[in-house]
Amino acid sequence: MADDATRKAVSEIPLLKTNSGPRDKELWVQRLREEYLAPIKYVENNKAADNDWFRLESNKEGTRWFGKCWYIHDLLKYEFDIEFDIPVTYPTTAPEVAIPELDGKTAKMYRGGKICLTDHFKPLWARNVPKFGLAHLMALGLGPWLAVEIPDLISKGLITHREQQGS
Amino acid sequence: MTSIEELKLRVRELENELIKCKQKRCTAMCAEQPADNNQPHQRTRIEKMSAEVVDSNPYSRLMALKRMGIVEDYEKIRTFTVAVVGVGGVGSVTAEMLTRCGIGKLLLFDYDKVELANMNRLFFQPHQAGLSKVEAAEHTLRSINPDVQFEIHNYNITTMSNFAHFMDRISHGALEEGKAVDLVLCCVDNFEARMAINAACNELGQIWMESGVSENAVSGHIQLIIPGETACFACAPPLVVAANIDEKTLKREGVCAASLPTTMGVVAGILVQNVLKYLLKFGTVSHYLGYNAMQDFFPTMAMKANPTCDDPHCKKQQENYKPKDVAKTPEELPAVHEDNDWGIELVSEQTDDELKAASGPVPDLPEGITVAYTIPGGNGASGETVEETEQSLEECVIIIVTQSCHLRLRCIVPCLRVLK
Ligand SMILES: [Zn+2]
Repeated sequence: MADDATRKAVSEIPLLKTNSGPRDKELWVQRLREEYLAPIKYVENNKAADNDWFRLESNKEGTRWFGKCWYIHDLLKYEFDIEFDIPVTYPTTAPEVAIPELDGKTAKMYRGGKICLTDHFKPLWARNVPKFGLAHLMALGLGPWLAVEIPDLISKGLITHREQQGS
Repeated sequence: MTSIEELKLRVRELENELIKCKQKRCTAMCAEQPADNNQPHQRTRIEKMSAEVVDSNPYSRLMALKRMGIVEDYEKIRTFTVAVVGVGGVGSVTAEMLTRCGIGKLLLFDYDKVELANMNRLFFQPHQAGLSKVEAAEHTLRSINPDVQFEIHNYNITTMSNFAHFMDRISHGALEEGKAVDLVLCCVDNFEARMAINAACNELGQIWMESGVSENAVSGHIQLIIPGETACFACAPPLVVAANIDEKTLKREGVCAASLPTTMGVVAGILVQNVLKYLLKFGTVSHYLGYNAMQDFFPTMAMKANPTCDDPHCKKQQENYKPKDVAKTPEELPAVHEDNDWGIELVSEQTDDELKAASGPVPDLPEGITVAYTIPGGNGASGETVEETEQSLEECVIIIVTQSCHLRLRCIVPCLRVLK
Protein backbone atom coordinates (compact mmCIF):
# COMPACT_ATOMS: atom_id res chain seq x y z
CA MET A 1 0.00 0.00 0.00
CA ALA A 2 1.14 3.48 -0.85
CA ASP A 3 -0.07 5.01 2.38
CA ASP A 4 3.11 4.89 4.45
CA ALA A 5 4.99 6.77 1.79
CA THR A 6 2.10 9.17 1.20
CA ARG A 7 1.67 9.79 4.91
CA LYS A 8 5.34 10.56 5.35
CA ALA A 9 5.41 12.78 2.27
CA VAL A 10 2.32 14.75 3.39
CA SER A 11 3.70 15.22 6.89
CA GLU A 12 6.77 16.83 5.40
CA ILE A 13 4.89 19.36 3.27
CA PRO A 14 4.88 22.77 4.96
CA LEU A 15 1.43 23.92 6.04
CA LEU A 16 0.01 27.18 4.73
CA LYS A 17 -1.00 30.06 6.96
CA THR A 18 -2.91 32.67 4.99
CA ASN A 19 -6.61 32.01 4.65
CA SER A 20 -7.19 33.85 1.42
CA GLY A 21 -8.68 33.21 -2.00
CA PRO A 22 -8.19 34.71 -5.46
CA ARG A 23 -10.85 37.36 -4.82
CA ASP A 24 -8.82 38.92 -2.01
CA LYS A 25 -6.28 41.21 -3.60
CA GLU A 26 -3.30 41.63 -1.26
CA LEU A 27 -3.89 38.62 0.95
CA TRP A 28 -4.06 36.42 -2.13
CA VAL A 29 -0.56 37.52 -3.11
CA GLN A 30 0.58 36.43 0.34
CA ARG A 31 -1.21 33.09 -0.03
CA LEU A 32 0.23 32.68 -3.51
CA ARG A 33 3.73 33.04 -2.12
CA GLU A 34 2.97 30.19 0.29
CA GLU A 35 1.40 28.21 -2.54
CA TYR A 36 4.72 28.34 -4.35
CA LEU A 37 6.89 27.65 -1.29
CA ALA A 38 5.04 24.49 -0.24
CA PRO A 39 5.31 22.65 -3.59
CA ILE A 40 8.96 23.74 -3.92
CA LYS A 41 9.69 21.98 -0.63
CA TYR A 42 7.55 19.00 -1.62
CA VAL A 43 9.33 18.62 -4.98
CA GLU A 44 12.71 18.87 -3.20
CA ASN A 45 11.63 16.14 -0.79
CA ASN A 46 10.42 14.02 -3.68
CA LYS A 47 13.71 14.42 -5.50
CA ALA A 48 15.62 13.47 -2.35
CA ALA A 49 13.46 10.36 -2.04
CA ASP A 50 13.97 9.59 -5.74
CA ASN A 51 10.27 10.07 -6.34
CA ASP A 52 10.02 13.24 -8.37
CA TRP A 53 6.64 13.05 -10.04
CA PHE A 54 5.13 16.43 -10.95
CA ARG A 55 5.77 20.05 -11.90
CA LEU A 56 3.36 22.94 -11.50
CA GLU A 57 3.28 26.54 -12.69
CA SER A 58 0.63 29.21 -12.85
CA ASN A 59 -0.45 32.29 -14.75
CA LYS A 60 0.52 35.68 -13.36
CA GLU A 61 -2.57 35.99 -11.17
CA GLY A 62 -2.14 32.48 -9.81
CA THR A 63 -5.70 31.62 -10.80
CA ARG A 64 -4.90 29.04 -13.46
CA TRP A 65 -2.34 26.29 -12.94
CA PHE A 66 -0.85 23.82 -15.35
CA GLY A 67 2.03 21.41 -15.45
CA LYS A 68 2.99 17.80 -15.88
CA CYS A 69 2.91 14.67 -13.85
CA TRP A 70 4.50 11.37 -14.58
CA TYR A 71 4.07 7.83 -13.44
CA ILE A 72 6.54 4.96 -13.68
CA HIS A 73 5.05 1.58 -14.50
CA ASP A 74 7.18 -1.46 -15.32
CA LEU A 75 10.20 0.82 -15.69
CA LEU A 76 8.44 2.93 -18.29
CA LYS A 77 7.63 6.57 -17.71
CA TYR A 78 4.16 7.83 -18.61
CA GLU A 79 3.75 11.60 -18.73
CA PHE A 80 0.52 13.61 -18.65
CA ASP A 81 -0.37 17.29 -18.83
CA ILE A 82 -2.40 18.52 -15.89
CA GLU A 83 -4.40 21.72 -15.42
CA PHE A 84 -6.87 23.32 -13.06
CA ASP A 85 -8.44 26.64 -12.13
CA ILE A 86 -8.39 28.04 -8.62
CA PRO A 87 -12.09 28.25 -7.69
CA VAL A 88 -13.34 31.57 -6.30
CA THR A 89 -14.06 29.78 -3.02
CA TYR A 90 -10.47 28.51 -2.63
CA PRO A 91 -9.06 27.47 -0.17
CA THR A 92 -12.42 26.42 1.32
CA THR A 93 -12.91 24.20 -1.72
CA ALA A 94 -10.04 22.39 -3.41
CA PRO A 95 -9.44 22.85 -7.15
CA GLU A 96 -10.54 20.08 -9.50
CA VAL A 97 -7.44 18.68 -11.15
CA ALA A 98 -7.89 17.67 -14.79
CA ILE A 99 -5.89 15.42 -17.09
CA PRO A 100 -7.62 16.35 -20.36
CA GLU A 101 -5.93 13.65 -22.48
CA LEU A 102 -7.50 10.91 -20.35
CA ASP A 103 -11.04 12.32 -20.68
CA GLY A 104 -13.42 9.56 -21.67
CA LYS A 105 -10.96 6.76 -20.93
CA THR A 106 -11.95 6.06 -17.34
CA ALA A 107 -15.15 6.26 -15.35
CA LYS A 108 -13.15 7.77 -12.48
CA MET A 109 -13.37 11.11 -14.17
CA TYR A 110 -15.90 13.88 -14.53
CA ARG A 111 -16.41 15.80 -17.78
CA GLY A 112 -13.37 17.61 -19.07
CA GLY A 113 -11.02 15.02 -17.61
CA LYS A 114 -11.43 16.13 -14.01
CA ILE A 115 -10.27 13.37 -11.73
CA CYS A 116 -12.80 11.84 -9.35
CA LEU A 117 -11.37 11.92 -5.84
CA THR A 118 -12.25 9.60 -2.99
CA ASP A 119 -15.00 10.24 -0.47
CA HIS A 120 -12.29 10.99 2.02
CA PHE A 121 -10.50 13.74 0.20
CA LYS A 122 -13.17 16.38 0.75
CA PRO A 123 -13.58 15.84 4.52
CA LEU A 124 -9.82 15.75 4.84
CA TRP A 125 -9.47 19.00 2.90
CA ALA A 126 -12.34 20.65 4.82
CA ARG A 127 -10.72 19.82 8.15
CA ASN A 128 -7.47 21.39 7.10
CA VAL A 129 -8.61 24.71 5.65
CA PRO A 130 -6.53 26.88 5.21
CA LYS A 131 -3.46 24.80 6.07
CA PHE A 132 -3.63 22.55 3.05
CA GLY A 133 -2.55 23.97 -0.28
CA LEU A 134 -1.83 22.81 -3.80
CA ALA A 135 1.09 20.59 -2.71
CA HIS A 136 -1.33 18.68 -0.46
CA LEU A 137 -3.77 18.47 -3.36
CA MET A 138 -1.05 16.81 -5.41
CA ALA A 139 0.01 14.44 -2.63
CA LEU A 140 -3.45 13.41 -1.42
CA GLY A 141 -5.51 13.89 -4.58
CA LEU A 142 -3.63 13.41 -7.81
CA GLY A 143 -0.89 11.06 -6.53
CA PRO A 144 -3.20 8.34 -5.18
CA TRP A 145 -5.45 8.68 -8.25
CA LEU A 146 -2.54 8.06 -10.61
CA ALA A 147 -1.36 5.12 -8.51
CA VAL A 148 -4.66 3.33 -8.97
CA GLU A 149 -5.88 4.49 -12.36
CA ILE A 150 -2.74 4.52 -14.51
CA PRO A 151 -1.81 0.82 -14.05
CA ASP A 152 -5.46 -0.01 -14.71
CA LEU A 153 -5.55 2.07 -17.90
CA ILE A 154 -2.27 0.52 -19.06
CA SER A 155 -3.54 -3.01 -18.41
CA LYS A 156 -6.66 -2.23 -20.45
CA GLY A 157 -4.52 -0.90 -23.29
CA LEU A 158 -6.17 2.51 -23.04
CA ILE A 159 -2.82 4.25 -22.70
CA THR A 160 0.37 3.14 -24.33
CA HIS A 161 3.93 4.21 -23.71
CA ARG A 162 5.28 6.85 -26.05
CA GLU A 163 8.78 5.73 -27.13
CA GLN A 164 10.29 9.21 -27.31
CA GLN A 165 9.61 9.82 -23.62
CA GLY A 166 12.46 7.65 -22.34
CA SER A 167 12.18 5.76 -19.12
CA MET B 1 -43.00 -7.99 -70.78
CA THR B 2 -43.92 -5.21 -68.44
CA SER B 3 -47.55 -4.34 -68.72
CA ILE B 4 -48.95 -0.81 -68.43
CA GLU B 5 -50.69 -1.92 -65.25
CA GLU B 6 -47.40 -2.98 -63.65
CA LEU B 7 -45.76 0.33 -64.60
CA LYS B 8 -48.69 2.28 -63.12
CA LEU B 9 -48.30 0.31 -59.90
CA ARG B 10 -44.60 1.11 -59.81
CA VAL B 11 -45.34 4.85 -60.28
CA ARG B 12 -47.77 4.75 -57.36
CA GLU B 13 -45.16 3.02 -55.18
CA LEU B 14 -42.58 5.66 -56.01
CA GLU B 15 -45.06 8.44 -55.28
CA ASN B 16 -45.77 6.94 -51.87
CA GLU B 17 -42.08 6.71 -51.13
CA LEU B 18 -41.68 10.36 -52.07
CA ILE B 19 -44.41 11.39 -49.63
CA LYS B 20 -42.75 9.38 -46.88
CA CYS B 21 -39.41 11.09 -47.56
CA LYS B 22 -41.07 14.50 -47.45
CA GLN B 23 -42.70 13.70 -44.12
CA LYS B 24 -39.43 12.47 -42.67
CA ARG B 25 -37.62 15.61 -43.78
CA CYS B 26 -40.32 17.77 -42.27
CA THR B 27 -40.13 16.08 -38.86
CA ALA B 28 -36.34 16.38 -38.91
CA MET B 29 -36.67 20.07 -39.66
CA CYS B 30 -39.24 20.57 -36.95
CA ALA B 31 -36.89 18.95 -34.47
CA GLU B 32 -34.00 21.11 -35.60
CA GLN B 33 -35.84 24.40 -35.60
CA PRO B 34 -38.41 24.35 -32.84
CA ALA B 35 -38.16 28.13 -32.50
CA ASP B 36 -39.33 28.73 -36.07
CA ASN B 37 -42.65 30.49 -35.75
CA ASN B 38 -43.76 29.36 -39.21
CA GLN B 39 -44.15 25.81 -37.96
CA PRO B 40 -47.80 24.95 -37.49
CA HIS B 41 -47.35 23.79 -33.86
CA GLN B 42 -45.78 27.03 -32.74
CA ARG B 43 -48.07 29.30 -30.78
CA THR B 44 -47.68 33.05 -30.72
CA ARG B 45 -46.98 35.06 -27.61
CA ILE B 46 -49.82 35.78 -25.24
CA GLU B 47 -49.89 39.28 -23.83
CA LYS B 48 -52.16 38.67 -20.87
CA MET B 49 -52.83 35.43 -19.00
CA SER B 50 -56.46 34.46 -19.36
CA ALA B 51 -58.55 32.28 -17.08
CA GLU B 52 -60.87 31.36 -19.94
CA VAL B 53 -61.33 27.61 -20.10
CA VAL B 54 -60.79 26.82 -23.79
CA ASP B 55 -58.56 24.21 -25.44
CA SER B 56 -56.33 26.91 -26.91
CA ASN B 57 -55.47 28.59 -23.59
CA PRO B 58 -52.20 27.16 -22.17
CA TYR B 59 -52.79 28.88 -18.83
CA SER B 60 -56.40 27.88 -18.10
CA ARG B 61 -55.49 25.08 -15.66
CA LEU B 62 -52.96 27.26 -13.87
CA MET B 63 -55.37 30.16 -13.60
CA ALA B 64 -57.89 27.72 -12.12
CA LEU B 65 -55.68 27.73 -9.00
CA LYS B 66 -56.90 31.27 -8.48
CA ARG B 67 -60.56 30.36 -8.94
CA MET B 68 -60.17 27.54 -6.46
CA GLY B 69 -58.62 29.89 -3.94
CA ILE B 70 -55.25 28.14 -3.73
CA VAL B 71 -53.31 31.04 -5.16
CA GLU B 72 -54.41 34.62 -4.74
CA ASP B 73 -52.81 36.14 -7.83
CA TYR B 74 -51.44 33.59 -10.29
CA GLU B 75 -50.64 36.14 -13.05
CA LYS B 76 -47.99 37.56 -10.76
CA ILE B 77 -45.79 34.66 -11.89
CA ARG B 78 -45.06 36.62 -15.06
CA THR B 79 -43.30 39.34 -13.09
CA PHE B 80 -40.70 37.02 -11.55
CA THR B 81 -37.18 36.20 -12.68
CA VAL B 82 -35.49 32.99 -11.59
CA ALA B 83 -31.86 32.00 -12.21
CA VAL B 84 -31.21 28.27 -12.62
CA VAL B 85 -27.57 27.34 -12.10
CA GLY B 86 -26.80 23.92 -13.52
CA VAL B 87 -29.04 22.64 -16.32
CA GLY B 88 -28.51 18.92 -15.74
CA GLY B 89 -30.84 16.24 -14.45
CA VAL B 90 -32.53 18.48 -11.87
CA GLY B 91 -31.97 21.92 -13.43
CA SER B 92 -33.38 21.13 -16.87
CA VAL B 93 -36.61 19.71 -15.43
CA THR B 94 -36.81 22.63 -13.01
CA ALA B 95 -36.49 25.08 -15.91
CA GLU B 96 -39.13 23.20 -17.91
CA MET B 97 -41.62 23.29 -15.00
CA LEU B 98 -41.07 27.01 -14.48
CA THR B 99 -41.44 27.60 -18.23
CA ARG B 100 -44.73 25.70 -18.36
CA CYS B 101 -45.92 27.66 -15.31
CA GLY B 102 -45.31 30.87 -17.25
CA ILE B 103 -42.45 32.38 -15.24
CA GLY B 104 -41.43 35.87 -16.43
CA LYS B 105 -37.76 35.31 -17.10
CA LEU B 106 -35.26 32.49 -16.73
CA LEU B 107 -31.49 32.86 -16.55
CA LEU B 108 -29.71 29.60 -17.27
CA PHE B 109 -26.08 28.93 -16.34
CA ASP B 110 -24.15 25.78 -17.31
CA TYR B 111 -20.81 25.07 -18.99
CA ASP B 112 -21.56 21.51 -20.04
CA LYS B 113 -22.64 19.94 -23.32
CA VAL B 114 -25.50 17.48 -23.87
CA GLU B 115 -24.12 13.93 -24.04
CA LEU B 116 -25.72 10.60 -24.85
CA ALA B 117 -24.74 9.54 -21.31
CA ASN B 118 -27.36 12.06 -20.09
CA MET B 119 -30.22 10.20 -21.79
CA ASN B 120 -31.19 8.26 -18.67
CA ARG B 121 -32.45 11.62 -17.39
CA LEU B 122 -35.40 13.72 -18.49
CA PHE B 123 -35.66 16.69 -20.85
CA PHE B 124 -32.75 16.49 -23.31
CA GLN B 125 -33.07 14.43 -26.50
CA PRO B 126 -30.49 12.40 -28.42
CA HIS B 127 -30.48 14.75 -31.42
CA GLN B 128 -29.26 17.54 -29.09
CA ALA B 129 -26.02 15.70 -28.25
CA GLY B 130 -23.06 18.01 -28.70
CA LEU B 131 -25.02 21.22 -28.19
CA SER B 132 -24.36 23.28 -25.07
CA LYS B 133 -26.96 22.45 -22.42
CA VAL B 134 -28.09 26.06 -22.06
CA GLU B 135 -28.49 26.47 -25.82
CA ALA B 136 -30.39 23.21 -26.26
CA ALA B 137 -32.57 24.03 -23.24
CA GLU B 138 -33.44 27.49 -24.54
CA HIS B 139 -34.51 26.02 -27.90
CA THR B 140 -36.85 23.51 -26.32
CA LEU B 141 -38.19 25.83 -23.62
CA ARG B 142 -38.88 28.68 -26.02
CA SER B 143 -40.94 26.36 -28.20
CA ILE B 144 -42.90 25.18 -25.15
CA ASN B 145 -43.65 28.71 -23.97
CA PRO B 146 -42.65 31.73 -26.06
CA ASP B 147 -43.94 34.08 -23.35
CA VAL B 148 -40.91 33.39 -21.15
CA GLN B 149 -37.77 35.47 -21.60
CA PHE B 150 -34.48 33.59 -21.59
CA GLU B 151 -30.93 34.62 -20.88
CA ILE B 152 -28.30 31.91 -21.18
CA HIS B 153 -24.68 31.76 -20.06
CA ASN B 154 -22.44 28.93 -21.17
CA TYR B 155 -19.62 29.05 -18.60
CA ASN B 156 -18.28 27.68 -15.33
CA ILE B 157 -19.30 30.09 -12.55
CA THR B 158 -16.47 29.05 -10.19
CA THR B 159 -13.62 30.68 -12.11
CA MET B 160 -12.59 34.27 -11.34
CA SER B 161 -13.78 36.10 -14.46
CA ASN B 162 -17.02 34.15 -14.83
CA PHE B 163 -17.87 34.55 -11.16
CA ALA B 164 -17.77 38.34 -11.43
CA HIS B 165 -20.12 38.18 -14.43
CA PHE B 166 -22.37 35.69 -12.61
CA MET B 167 -22.66 38.04 -9.61
CA ASP B 168 -23.46 40.90 -11.97
CA ARG B 169 -26.26 39.01 -13.74
CA ILE B 170 -27.77 37.79 -10.44
CA SER B 171 -27.88 41.34 -9.12
CA HIS B 172 -28.98 43.05 -12.37
CA GLY B 173 -30.57 40.46 -14.65
CA ALA B 174 -34.26 40.62 -13.69
CA LEU B 175 -37.09 41.27 -16.16
CA GLU B 176 -36.64 44.92 -15.36
CA GLU B 177 -32.96 45.20 -16.28
CA GLY B 178 -30.86 46.52 -13.41
CA LYS B 179 -32.88 44.77 -10.71
CA ALA B 180 -31.82 41.59 -8.91
CA VAL B 181 -33.41 38.27 -9.78
CA ASP B 182 -36.15 37.07 -7.42
CA LEU B 183 -34.61 33.70 -6.70
CA VAL B 184 -31.49 31.69 -7.55
CA LEU B 185 -31.86 27.93 -7.83
CA CYS B 186 -28.80 25.79 -7.32
CA CYS B 187 -29.10 22.64 -9.42
CA VAL B 188 -25.40 21.86 -9.75
CA ASP B 189 -23.78 18.52 -9.04
CA ASN B 190 -20.65 19.56 -7.18
CA PHE B 191 -19.50 21.14 -3.93
CA GLU B 192 -17.32 23.80 -5.57
CA ALA B 193 -20.20 25.32 -7.55
CA ARG B 194 -22.51 25.19 -4.50
CA MET B 195 -19.95 27.07 -2.43
CA ALA B 196 -19.55 29.63 -5.25
CA ILE B 197 -23.32 30.23 -5.36
CA ASN B 198 -23.33 30.44 -1.57
CA ALA B 199 -20.53 33.01 -1.60
CA ALA B 200 -22.28 35.11 -4.26
CA CYS B 201 -25.66 35.02 -2.52
CA ASN B 202 -24.21 35.79 0.92
CA GLU B 203 -22.40 38.77 -0.54
CA LEU B 204 -25.44 40.04 -2.44
CA GLY B 205 -28.02 39.14 0.22
CA GLN B 206 -29.75 37.10 -2.48
CA ILE B 207 -32.33 34.51 -1.41
CA TRP B 208 -31.72 31.13 -3.05
CA MET B 209 -32.67 27.50 -2.96
CA GLU B 210 -30.20 24.67 -2.97
CA SER B 211 -31.05 21.24 -4.34
CA GLY B 212 -29.14 18.03 -4.65
CA VAL B 213 -29.28 14.34 -5.41
CA SER B 214 -26.81 11.97 -3.76
CA GLU B 215 -24.15 10.24 -5.85
CA ASN B 216 -25.85 6.89 -5.20
CA ALA B 217 -29.05 8.35 -6.71
CA VAL B 218 -31.35 7.24 -3.89
CA SER B 219 -31.67 10.39 -1.81
CA GLY B 220 -31.97 14.11 -2.36
CA HIS B 221 -32.91 17.38 -0.72
CA ILE B 222 -33.95 20.98 -1.21
CA GLN B 223 -33.08 23.89 1.09
CA LEU B 224 -34.19 27.53 1.28
CA ILE B 225 -31.36 29.89 2.15
CA ILE B 226 -32.14 33.43 3.29
CA PRO B 227 -28.73 35.04 3.94
CA GLY B 228 -28.35 36.07 7.58
CA GLU B 229 -31.53 34.28 8.62
CA THR B 230 -31.39 30.59 7.75
CA ALA B 231 -28.21 28.50 7.70
CA CYS B 232 -26.12 29.12 4.60
CA PHE B 233 -24.33 26.33 2.75
CA ALA B 234 -21.13 27.07 4.67
CA CYS B 235 -22.79 27.30 8.12
CA ALA B 236 -22.44 23.54 8.66
CA PRO B 237 -20.72 20.70 6.83
CA PRO B 238 -22.83 19.51 3.87
CA LEU B 239 -26.04 17.87 5.07
CA VAL B 240 -26.95 14.49 3.71
CA VAL B 241 -30.17 12.54 3.82
CA ALA B 242 -29.30 9.18 5.29
CA ALA B 243 -30.46 6.50 2.89
CA ASN B 244 -29.82 3.77 5.48
CA ILE B 245 -27.43 1.98 3.19
CA ASP B 246 -24.55 0.13 4.78
CA GLU B 247 -21.47 1.97 3.52
CA LYS B 248 -19.63 -1.34 3.60
CA THR B 249 -21.86 -2.78 0.92
CA LEU B 250 -21.86 0.32 -1.26
CA LYS B 251 -19.59 -0.43 -4.18
CA ARG B 252 -17.77 2.37 -5.86
CA GLU B 253 -15.53 0.38 -8.17
CA GLY B 254 -15.37 1.95 -11.59
CA VAL B 255 -17.91 4.74 -11.13
CA CYS B 256 -18.04 8.32 -9.94
CA ALA B 257 -21.78 8.71 -9.60
CA ALA B 258 -25.07 7.01 -10.44
CA SER B 259 -28.28 8.77 -11.45
CA LEU B 260 -31.96 8.00 -11.80
CA PRO B 261 -34.54 10.07 -13.71
CA THR B 262 -37.03 9.32 -10.95
CA THR B 263 -35.02 10.77 -8.05
CA MET B 264 -34.04 13.77 -10.15
CA GLY B 265 -37.64 14.32 -11.20
CA VAL B 266 -38.86 14.10 -7.59
CA VAL B 267 -36.23 16.59 -6.41
CA ALA B 268 -36.98 18.98 -9.29
CA GLY B 269 -40.67 18.66 -8.40
CA ILE B 270 -40.26 19.49 -4.71
CA LEU B 271 -37.87 22.29 -5.63
CA VAL B 272 -40.26 24.00 -8.05
CA GLN B 273 -43.17 23.41 -5.68
CA ASN B 274 -41.24 25.32 -3.03
CA VAL B 275 -40.40 28.03 -5.56
CA LEU B 276 -44.08 28.48 -6.50
CA LYS B 277 -45.14 28.56 -2.85
CA TYR B 278 -42.44 31.11 -2.08
CA LEU B 279 -43.12 33.38 -5.07
CA LEU B 280 -46.92 33.13 -5.16
CA LYS B 281 -47.30 33.00 -1.37
CA PHE B 282 -49.35 29.88 -0.72
CA GLY B 283 -48.90 26.95 1.63
CA THR B 284 -45.83 26.54 3.82
CA VAL B 285 -42.43 27.15 2.30
CA SER B 286 -40.00 24.41 3.38
CA HIS B 287 -36.65 25.43 4.82
CA TYR B 288 -35.20 21.97 4.33
CA LEU B 289 -36.93 18.98 2.82
CA GLY B 290 -35.11 15.69 2.36
CA TYR B 291 -36.06 12.71 0.23
CA ASN B 292 -34.96 9.20 1.12
CA ALA B 293 -35.99 7.03 -1.82
CA MET B 294 -35.10 3.75 -0.12
CA GLN B 295 -37.67 4.15 2.67
CA ASP B 296 -39.84 6.86 1.08
CA PHE B 297 -39.12 9.17 3.95
CA PHE B 298 -39.22 12.99 3.72
CA PRO B 299 -37.45 14.54 6.73
CA THR B 300 -37.91 18.29 7.23
CA MET B 301 -36.24 20.85 9.44
CA ALA B 302 -35.20 24.48 9.73
CA MET B 303 -31.74 25.64 10.68
CA LYS B 304 -30.60 29.08 11.85
CA ALA B 305 -27.47 30.73 10.49
CA ASN B 306 -24.31 29.80 12.41
CA PRO B 307 -22.78 32.82 14.23
CA THR B 308 -19.34 31.25 13.73
CA CYS B 309 -19.82 30.57 10.00
CA ASP B 310 -16.57 30.66 7.99
CA ASP B 311 -18.08 32.96 5.37
CA PRO B 312 -17.57 36.58 6.55
CA HIS B 313 -20.47 37.75 4.37
CA CYS B 314 -22.77 35.28 6.12
CA LYS B 315 -21.80 36.85 9.45
CA LYS B 316 -22.36 40.33 8.06
CA GLN B 317 -25.82 39.34 6.84
CA GLN B 318 -26.57 37.91 10.28
CA GLU B 319 -25.76 41.28 11.86
CA ASN B 320 -28.11 43.01 9.44
CA TYR B 321 -30.87 40.51 10.01
CA LYS B 322 -33.36 41.41 12.70
CA PRO B 323 -36.02 38.79 13.30
CA LYS B 324 -39.27 40.51 12.36
CA ASP B 325 -41.74 38.16 13.89
CA VAL B 326 -40.24 35.63 16.26
CA ALA B 327 -43.49 33.77 16.77
CA LYS B 328 -43.83 33.12 13.05
CA THR B 329 -40.58 31.23 12.57
CA PRO B 330 -40.95 27.46 12.78
CA GLU B 331 -39.03 25.61 15.47
CA GLU B 332 -35.46 26.23 14.56
CA LEU B 333 -32.46 24.25 15.57
CA PRO B 334 -29.16 25.72 16.68
CA ALA B 335 -26.70 25.33 13.82
CA VAL B 336 -24.07 23.53 15.86
CA HIS B 337 -24.47 21.29 18.86
CA GLU B 338 -21.46 20.20 20.87
CA ASP B 339 -22.63 16.68 21.62
CA ASN B 340 -21.65 14.21 19.00
CA ASP B 341 -23.76 11.13 18.92
CA TRP B 342 -23.61 10.81 15.18
CA GLY B 343 -20.00 9.98 14.52
CA ILE B 344 -18.81 9.81 11.00
CA GLU B 345 -20.86 7.39 8.99
CA LEU B 346 -18.22 7.09 6.30
CA VAL B 347 -15.63 5.81 8.67
CA SER B 348 -15.19 2.26 9.75
CA GLU B 349 -12.30 0.10 10.95
CA GLN B 350 -10.95 2.60 13.42
CA THR B 351 -10.63 2.87 17.16
CA ASP B 352 -12.94 4.99 19.29
CA ASP B 353 -10.06 7.33 20.09
CA GLU B 354 -9.37 7.81 16.43
CA LEU B 355 -13.02 8.43 15.77
CA LYS B 356 -13.21 10.97 18.59
CA ALA B 357 -10.11 12.75 17.39
CA ALA B 358 -11.44 12.85 13.84
CA SER B 359 -14.94 14.02 14.77
CA GLY B 360 -16.06 17.55 15.34
CA PRO B 361 -19.28 19.09 16.59
CA VAL B 362 -22.33 18.20 14.54
CA PRO B 363 -25.57 20.09 14.12
CA ASP B 364 -28.48 18.81 16.16
CA LEU B 365 -30.40 17.22 13.32
CA PRO B 366 -33.71 15.38 13.12
CA GLU B 367 -33.93 11.72 12.27
CA GLY B 368 -32.90 10.93 8.74
CA ILE B 369 -30.56 13.89 8.18
CA THR B 370 -26.87 13.88 8.97
CA VAL B 371 -23.70 15.64 7.85
CA ALA B 372 -21.35 14.41 5.15
CA TYR B 373 -18.45 14.89 7.56
CA THR B 374 -17.51 16.88 10.65
CA ILE B 375 -14.75 19.35 11.33
CA PRO B 376 -12.89 18.83 14.61
CA GLY B 377 -12.44 21.84 16.87
CA GLY B 378 -8.65 21.61 16.64
CA ASN B 379 -9.09 22.01 12.90
CA GLY B 380 -6.88 19.45 11.29
CA ALA B 381 -3.18 19.40 10.81
CA SER B 382 -0.82 21.43 12.89
CA GLY B 383 2.92 21.71 12.66
CA GLU B 384 5.49 23.06 10.31
CA THR B 385 4.25 25.92 8.19
CA VAL B 386 5.84 27.49 5.19
CA GLU B 387 7.95 29.83 7.26
CA GLU B 388 8.83 27.74 10.30
CA THR B 389 11.40 25.18 9.33
CA GLU B 390 13.68 24.60 12.30
CA GLN B 391 11.32 22.91 14.76
CA SER B 392 11.41 19.21 15.29
CA LEU B 393 8.16 17.39 15.00
CA GLU B 394 6.45 14.46 16.48
CA GLU B 395 4.16 12.68 14.15
CA CYS B 396 0.77 11.72 15.33
CA VAL B 397 -1.10 10.41 12.39
CA ILE B 398 -4.66 9.32 12.51
CA ILE B 399 -5.55 6.75 9.96
CA ILE B 400 -9.08 6.53 8.70
CA VAL B 401 -9.73 3.42 6.72
CA THR B 402 -12.94 2.69 5.03
CA GLN B 403 -13.87 -0.32 3.06
CA SER B 404 -15.85 1.63 0.54
CA CYS B 405 -12.81 3.64 -0.45
CA HIS B 406 -12.73 3.02 -4.17
CA LEU B 407 -9.07 3.89 -4.49
CA ARG B 408 -8.25 1.11 -2.04
CA LEU B 409 -5.90 3.30 -0.08
CA ARG B 410 -5.73 4.59 3.43
CA CYS B 411 -6.80 8.15 3.79
CA ILE B 412 -4.84 10.03 6.33
CA VAL B 413 -5.31 12.98 8.59
CA PRO B 414 -1.85 14.23 9.36
CA CYS B 415 -1.88 15.78 12.78
CA LEU B 416 1.58 16.97 13.64
CA ARG B 417 2.38 18.31 17.07
CA VAL B 418 5.27 20.68 17.61
CA LEU B 419 7.70 19.45 20.28
CA LYS B 420 9.69 21.73 22.53
ZN1 LIG C 1 -23.16 30.77 6.93
